[in-house]
Amino acid sequence: MLPLKTKDRPIVRALLAAGCCARCVLRFCCIGLQSAYRQTYEDLASELHAFVSDEEGDKPSDGAKQERPEDPPCKKARLETEQGDAEDGDGAGGTQPQPETDVDTAVSSTVCVVCLGVLQHYCDKTFAKKVSEVVTAEDYQFDSLVLSVSLPAQLSVREHSTWLLVKKQVREKGVCLGKDDVIQVKEAFKWIMNDLVSRELGVPVLAKSLFEVSVGFTHPETDGDCHFLATTCSDCFKPAKNKLSVFTRMAVVKALEKISEENFRRRFPCPPSRPSTGCAAQDVQCLHVSVFVAGRYNKFSRTLPQTPWVIDGERRMESSVEELITAPLLSSFRSEGFNFCSSGREDVDVRTLGNGRPFAVELLNPHRAQFSRAEMHQLQEAINSSSELIRVRDLQIVTRDAVAHMKEGEEDKTKSYGALIWTQRPIEKDDIEFINNIKELRIAQKTPLRVLHRRPLAVRQRLIHTMAASFLDAHHFHLNLRTQAGTYIKEFVHGDFGRTKPNLCELMNADTDILELDVESVDVDWPPAVED
Amino acid sequence: MESAEYRGTPSVIDRYFTRWYKTDLKGKPCEDHCILQHSNRICVITLAESHPILQKKKRIQSINYQISAGCSRLQNKVSGKSKRGGQFLTELAPLCRITSTDGEEYTIFSCIRGRLLEVNEDILKTPDLLLEKPSTEGYIAVILPKFEESKSITEGLLTRAEYEDVLLKRTGESKEPC
Ligand SMILES: [Zn+2]
Repeated sequence: MLPLKTKDRPIVRALLAAGCCARCVLRFCCIGLQSAYRQTYEDLASELHAFVSDEEGDKPSDGAKQERPEDPPCKKARLETEQGDAEDGDGAGGTQPQPETDVDTAVSSTVCVVCLGVLQHYCDKTFAKKVSEVVTAEDYQFDSLVLSVSLPAQLSVREHSTWLLVKKQVREKGVCLGKDDVIQVKEAFKWIMNDLVSRELGVPVLAKSLFEVSVGFTHPETDGDCHFLATTCSDCFKPAKNKLSVFTRMAVVKALEKISEENFRRRFPCPPSRPSTGCAAQDVQCLHVSVFVAGRYNKFSRTLPQTPWVIDGERRMESSVEELITAPLLSSFRSEGFNFCSSGREDVDVRTLGNGRPFAVELLNPHRAQFSRAEMHQLQEAINSSSELIRVRDLQIVTRDAVAHMKEGEEDKTKSYGALIWTQRPIEKDDIEFINNIKELRIAQKTPLRVLHRRPLAVRQRLIHTMAASFLDAHHFHLNLRTQAGTYIKEFVHGDFGRTKPNLCELMNADTDILELDVESVDVDWPPAVED
Repeated sequence: MESAEYRGTPSVIDRYFTRWYKTDLKGKPCEDHCILQHSNRICVITLAESHPILQKKKRIQSINYQISAGCSRLQNKVSGKSKRGGQFLTELAPLCRITSTDGEEYTIFSCIRGRLLEVNEDILKTPDLLLEKPSTEGYIAVILPKFEESKSITEGLLTRAEYEDVLLKRTGESKEPC
């Protein structure tokens, strides 16, 4: 039984006459009873038809007026109390007889002027099956889902026009009713479809599910409905990047809030015109929330860049750290793409030794997202056995928030390096001692020439905490350095045309050059170690 | 000059830069410039080893980056990744004038088109850098050519081999070496 009241009858009649579908009628009557929407469309339409044609409806024993135990008291109840004793006047002048034909066509299969068929033709088991088949074919691993729906922007214009119609009726009846009380198309759609899709796929529908199934509708016939708003509220429709049309749903809603009722009525039919076609459903889209995988990597090669190295559209090196790590991840997580980030980066000719460099990979739209510790360990082994050039440890799934830890305070961290140094003049014992005694050396580095083409020109103060030199032969020594992150070691050694001051040449009073460089440790205590 | 053989590996300049030359600037004999172009297209302008200041081991009286009443290269400032605000130089834009203690004045030119990123202020305080380390710490200026001109700017310049040919010819022809 529909939770409609006698006083609703003129509104129902007006809506049906305007060309509203049965479910849109319920929406505009602010019916919050979900089960009312879940009936088959045909059952609902005939029940509604019976309600309006029941001329005896004013009697207190009217079926629609009976107690409804499952009816949530929210919106309807508020309506009743707000409306108060206005009910008295209802029976007298309210029920103007409507032409029978109008009501008939509206309840039958013609396309609804408001939802353009979304609540008529896409809210049943057949459509739920169609959606579920697409989801199943995509082969995702998921234990819940959230259904999202995108509607053509003009639906808001039509909704507004219909609301003005109802408002007029309501005002005449003295019923106090706000636009916010009207049930949204999206809401009604989900009340019906959540349950059906959930049953088809055998998982619950949860608002916070990580797996989103999107259905969208278009209706080209009425796309022009929005256009008049651009002339009334031009600043709502600014062209934006990656938007095909300025008439986005948000912009249209904003413009509708601004436009006066009078102006709207002058420019848009109320009720809306009758469409000759219904909405078309777009392809069903599935999206799983990104999964973040973190770890630490070693790089043992001096000819391996961290990320693919492309100059003038041409590849310079056949591989990269990023590719070696992400290739096995992409295939295991069956992900559609990735973003790679790390705590700093090393040059192509620099090795990263010790405990390695922290990194994180965002896996986009993974079809599989759950991996046990053992499976993650296997994945790490797969990466490590795929190449001798790198090695990964502590591979684990982390949260998006945890990735931020890696980036924060990067500047304050300490990094340790090992370098092979050449000197032009023979090295003396005093040189080694002199270097070993230098502590907390403050240097000023102009942006190195080798990166100046892509970074701003600036002078940066950096600290070299300690240095330890060990003699190799008359012209070579090994130098260990502990420095503030962000120090350019190569430039500190050769001086970069005197643009780093002081530099090792200056300190040793000799031409010095750096022949090899290794990162010995990156002192970032993230991600946590994983026990094997 | 240090040799690559001695070090066992090429120097920083040899590793990352290409040496280009322009000789007899503005028709003045032997006033040769060297342009070091990094693989990232940035250019460092220096005196060539055959420049009279170096050949004749002149003593420096003064170095002046004020190239006209209204324009000083010291006022050059660039900001951001795109180096906004830097003075734009053509091939024959003067960078500075160097006066030696014998009263001779030498003008150093840009040699290439591009945006001026910085001039070397250290040589103002320590002019001897020019003589002692002409191709590194005694550099004159750093210029960033336009991306689309990074190949064409060196078309009118001499390669190292061509420059060495010019030097050879000079010693053959000239009774009076510069
Ligand atoms: Zn409808």
